[in-house]
Amino acid sequence: MAKVFIYPATSLILSDMVSRFGHTPLSSATAIRERIQTAGLESPPLQITPEEPKKGLKWAAVEVPAGVRGRMSLYGPMIEACEAAIIINDADLAFGCMGCARTNELIKYLVHQKTIPRLELNYPKNEEEGVKFVAAIKRFLTGLGAAK
Amino acid sequence: MTDYTPTHVGSVTKYVVIESFDITPADLAIRGYEISKGAMIKETCFGLVVNGEEGEVDRIVAGLRKIDPAHIFVKDRGFPPGDARRCRANLGGARPGYNGMEYEMTIIPYVSHGLEELNNTDAKTVPPMENPLEHPLLDIYKLKKLIDAQES
Repeated sequence: MAKVFIYPATSLILSDMVSRFGHTPLSSATAIRERIQTAGLESPPLQITPEEPKKGLKWAAVEVPAGVRGRMSLYGPMIEACEAAIIINDADLAFGCMGCARTNELIKYLVHQKTIPRLELNYPKNEEEGVKFVAAIKRFLTGLGAAK
Repeated sequence: MTDYTPTHVGSVTKYVVIESFDITPADLAIRGYEISKGAMIKETCFGLVVNGEEGEVDRIVAGLRKIDPAHIFVKDRGFPPGDARRCRANLGGARPGYNGMEYEMTIIPYVSHGLEELNNTDAKTVPPMENPLEHPLLDIYKLKKLIDAQES
């Protein structure tokens, strides 16, 4: 069972596909859960404390905005731990109230730097592409081995 | 800053999202209650939120998937059900993460179709998708989106 990083990290479709085909999705929910379930200082809503931008310095320089560094403290460890990655390139939802464009660029860059199996896709726009989309993910995840 | 004492420590929360003509979230909730052994199950407009020990949640989710495998989708959630920091009962409006889920709900019918087709077809025989990194000049769907945006 491989740890598969998914982008967008909040994606319902990718998270489901990865677990459906027998692997572990690394999504933002698991990183947030870790913080929500750890005692410390109250810092609602996501329990992101001033410590997180400091941890983010491992992946982004000090002049990079704290928002990017704070987000990288969630995603950075997952990128380091992942054994494969699935990236959806036309995910407009990952920018705006759902995320930060600069963090997204950095995440994609770091994933591309890693020498791991990587699948690049776009969201399907019709039923025919839906079949190709699911088949591509199934082939990729089955190829990782140890699938259920 | 005040001390933070977490609740539901060690538990796992998962969304069970349904996009089906045959099954409603209420049907799913009833089945969930039937097979549950102590997990917390909350019915929502899009499906269920299931919270409990990891093994128990996985067992419930696996049982629920069997009802309509191609139309039930599952993902992790960081917060427990009804958490005041996220629940719209306290905040009003859509839950922040709902925008992403709402967008993907428009795509899920294509994915469900793909899953159903692949029950009868070998994935190896399906041609690959276009490589998104090759940047085609102008995608026909993108052109239509631009035209629609101009007209409205």
